[in-house]
Amino acid sequence: MNGLVYLKNVVTLELDQEKCNGCRMCIIVCPHAVFAIENKKAVILNKDLCMECGACEKNCPENAISVRSGVGCAAGIINGILRGTEPTCDCSGPGSSCC
Amino acid sequence: MNAHYLTGQVNTIVGTIPQISTVWSRQDLWNTIKVRWSVGRMDYKVEPGIYAVGNPGESSLVFVTANFKLTFDHVRRALGGMDAWLLVLDTKGINVWCAAGKGTFSTKELVRQINLVGLEKIVNHHKVIVPQLGAVGVSAHEIRKNTDFSVIYGPVRAEDIRDFVEAGMKATKEMRAVKFSTWDRLKLIPVEMANGRKYLLLIPAIFLILSGLNPKGYSIDMAYHDGLRSVFNLLIAYVTGCGITPALLPWIPFRRFALKGLLTGWLAAFILAYFHFLGKTNFEIISWFLMIGSLSSFLAMTFTGTSTFTSLSGVQKEMKTAVPMQIGMAGLGVIAWIVSKFITL
Repeated sequence: MNGLVYLKNVVTLELDQEKCNGCRMCIIVCPHAVFAIENKKAVILNKDLCMECGACEKNCPENAISVRSGVGCAAGIINGILRGTEPTCDCSGPGSSCC
Repeated sequence: MNAHYLTGQVNTIVGTIPQISTVWSRQDLWNTIKVRWSVGRMDYKVEPGIYAVGNPGESSLVFVTANFKLTFDHVRRALGGMDAWLLVLDTKGINVWCAAGKGTFSTKELVRQINLVGLEKIVNHHKVIVPQLGAVGVSAHEIRKNTDFSVIYGPVRAEDIRDFVEAGMKATKEMRAVKFSTWDRLKLIPVEMANGRKYLLLIPAIFLILSGLNPKGYSIDMAYHDGLRSVFNLLIAYVTGCGITPALLPWIPFRRFALKGLLTGWLAAFILAYFHFLGKTNFEIISWFLMIGSLSSFLAMTFTGTSTFTSLSGVQKEMKTAVPMQIGMAGLGVIAWIVSKFITL
């Protein structure tokens, strides 16, 4: 895993196994292999690997996953504070650059 | 549009569709290098819509991508030798992952482009292959509900497309994982370095001017000698924060980026101090430790945005302690540095 793990016990990812239908969509879209299937239901293998991108929540047809998704980006958070908005990168602003 | 990557046209029931080259011209390569250094980065786009790769027909695969030219270039190169359709979404010139996060590479935009180009008339199947990282903005079940098409998530990287197709549209675990290799990080350092270019002149200039201050008034000679040292010290903090910390990221202790940057900055300051280069007086040396530490820490912290594994919650937690530390160190450092101009401790 490259040894690249960020802070522990901060991630907001939650999985409601009751709702899960075992479709595997979360496993397909997750870029950090956070999920696995055990007994035909999704399980969270390692929550600390999650970067809160939100792909799993968006692609779960049963709404079994919730995560407060957003940019894990210090400049984006500062931008958000300065403008009074959600943390956002400044990709589309004039003359600015980003990711 | 008369772009150099267009090679011809393909006739379909909905009209002619531009055909694109799958090899990079020298111009593509040169532009890629420029974009990595942030030259013209914000206006590097292609026209959204549908393109033909090779000589595709009704049964050919449909790949979806963003209209950032760098992304488009990597995808068309990866499709070399195939007959396929490439559906380019309007992401305002932003790559797939960032655009998905911002909501331009989205369910809505994919539905819009599918309808706009008349995709159901161009192909006789009902599948579109969306890059996996697009899943941040695209909801597969929503696409199925709103169009005749269903989404197959392809690999993260364009270079794996061929293996993905040959394996029967199946991505290996490897293809699904976002990595952040040393080479990936090295490629991004130019972007990091160029990001701060507007401050790269201003702050050193201020230090250069203020360096002439002394108890007797102002000395141009001092501004030159002490000023150059100040500029060099600032440059070192810039390099440790934007270059060395990203490059050596996994090997630097601490999980918090701000602490990684503080460590590399202080290490560099320590080496400079050892060779009697950091400052002339103890007071000035301390001021530089504070300022280099603060700057390097802040710049390293901004690399969280470039990195591929930091979460919003994590970065917020890190910033809660890091930002006050950085502001405090910078403030104390600047005060100490100005005071050091007037005393000889």
